[in-house]
Amino acid sequence: MSVYTVTTRTRASRTAFWGALILVAGLALAPLFVGRGTIQDLFFILTMLTLAQFWNLLAGYGGLVSVGQQAFVGLGAYALYGAVILYGVDPVVSILIAGLVAVVLAVPISVFAFRLQGAYFAIGTWVIAEVCRLSVAQWRAVGGGTGTSLPREAVAEMMLVPTIETALDVRASEARDILAYWLALILVVATIAGIYWLLRTRRGLALAAVRDNEEAARSVGVDAGRMKWVVFLTSAFGTGLAGGLIYLQKGRISPDAAFSVTDWTAYVIFIVVIGGLGTIEGPIIGVLVFFLLQSLFADYGAWYLMLLGLIGIGVMLFAPRGLWGLLSERTGIQLFPVRRRLAGGALKGREG
Amino acid sequence: MIGLDTLVQGVLLGGLYALFAAGLSLVFGIMRLVNLAHGDLIVFGAYLILVVVSVLGVNPFLAALVAAPVMFALGWLLQKVVLNRTLGDDILPPLLVTFGLSVVIQNALLESFSADSQRISMGALETASVDLGPVTVGVLPLITFASAVLVIVGLNQLFYRTAIGRAFRATSDDQVTASLMGIRPDRVFATATAVAMLVVTIAALYLGTRANFDPSAGPARLIYAFEAVIIGGLGSLWGTLAGGIIIGVAQTVGAAINPEWQILAGHIAFLLVLLVKPRGLFPQGGGR
Repeated sequence: MSVYTVTTRTRASRTAFWGALILVAGLALAPLFVGRGTIQDLFFILTMLTLAQFWNLLAGYGGLVSVGQQAFVGLGAYALYGAVILYGVDPVVSILIAGLVAVVLAVPISVFAFRLQGAYFAIGTWVIAEVCRLSVAQWRAVGGGTGTSLPREAVAEMMLVPTIETALDVRASEARDILAYWLALILVVATIAGIYWLLRTRRGLALAAVRDNEEAARSVGVDAGRMKWVVFLTSAFGTGLAGGLIYLQKGRISPDAAFSVTDWTAYVIFIVVIGGLGTIEGPIIGVLVFFLLQSLFADYGAWYLMLLGLIGIGVMLFAPRGLWGLLSERTGIQLFPVRRRLAGGALKGREG
Repeated sequence: MIGLDTLVQGVLLGGLYALFAAGLSLVFGIMRLVNLAHGDLIVFGAYLILVVVSVLGVNPFLAALVAAPVMFALGWLLQKVVLNRTLGDDILPPLLVTFGLSVVIQNALLESFSADSQRISMGALETASVDLGPVTVGVLPLITFASAVLVIVGLNQLFYRTAIGRAFRATSDDQVTASLMGIRPDRVFATATAVAMLVVTIAALYLGTRANFDPSAGPARLIYAFEAVIIGGLGSLWGTLAGGIIIGVAQTVGAAINPEWQILAGHIAFLLVLLVKPRGLFPQGGGR
């Protein structure tokens, strides 16, 4: 009778699971208690967290440092606008189209990007994002370089909005924000659960092996190239979904905004670096710090961005594992543990 | 109409892109560091020259001579104090630190000089042109191209004819063995970045005199520089010049067909080369 078991669970992770359930339930009920401004803030936090989790999957687990994720935000957003404006698809359904278009276009993009390694991959993805921005600016049907708005009729007839309007007794514009917020909540929960699941499977183990030492991973039979490709496509899909949803909520789009390297990649990188690269907890901490900094200093414009840049540099130089890394090193707490440990039997698994 | 004129303009523009790229290529070649703030450093250099011109009231070429030692010292300090800490097997720290630096430089320039576009005035030289048989070319683009060729000749001389160049090559090949021979890699790297900043100053002079620039102009320059380096093949400075020319010609031809396609045409030329010859047109050696 074997008394040893391989486990990834810790006492903290079990507590975290119930805590997370309560938190998600609370967030789901938030529209009943808070005003429209707070819902919009929460929407911003949740969508940035989604983008950050996917960038973290790419860079922190896949070793693929992309500076071109804005390509997929923009492509997803424009796919949604195209579907709604040209084909009259319901905007909510179009979010799925956004993700699909992003992942389909990620296939040819990966052909180009994967010819470059390391640092060159980073700039290569940036070039591709610029190509996407300049090409979309030539697409007259969705407003060319100046952009366009979601048609009023399409937004007015959007599914679920009338139900929310009557159920919560709010105006249509507020109901749309609430719907977008709930969709963002579903997306972020699915993202975190999905990434956590992925990292605990055999594929996740292979991914961690590739990240830690690619040659060694190859030598034990891990197909590193394929793992990176899967990660790249997964991130494109999630980033595209988030892009579609973000611009559904904004209601207005332009190539410069939708393919902005600052908004969709620089901020996301700061969130992940400040919070802690290569952990699921990191981006969660990072997005909260980022939102706090933005609420306090966003009025200072350029000074605020300089501050963010300096904090990012400082963290990378002096605490490369980010705030969560510092905390986790001191306390040993892991809320989303992925490391396999031997427990039970004579050898007592260290809990905590 | 795409004529000889368009092609010549493109080739001369390529000289400017080769100047953008030479510094990037130098730093990558020696320490495998890709500086994402490279374009922003060029724009910073252009502002520095602009300030010198307006404060001292001197000719831009003289102003660049004044700016050069300042840029050299900044490059040395930047490498010694910040970037050396990020070097290692992990590619993330240098990328993320230089990306942060790019954001910092852009916003510092925005705060100091506003978002208005600026230009370094060259006086009569701006509009001067010479007749070269079938085509007439501007004197300034011609000087830019000649400077690019001179910079590449100079860097090759530095690399292969001097003690510093020997130290550069040795450190690039094998850091540990080089340090056994009494070379201090941290100083070699600092010197390399300082030299790269001299090239950046020259690039900045022509960026600022040929066209308008503003604090957000850096990333696009980084991208052109990067494209030129990849097209040319890593480690080949003459290849970088060829890469710059390909981007320049693609842009002017694209612009001749439709002004909106200028930048796009350059990027597409880059992607085509990447597809057909992923290691560039003139790859050197083992190609790590």
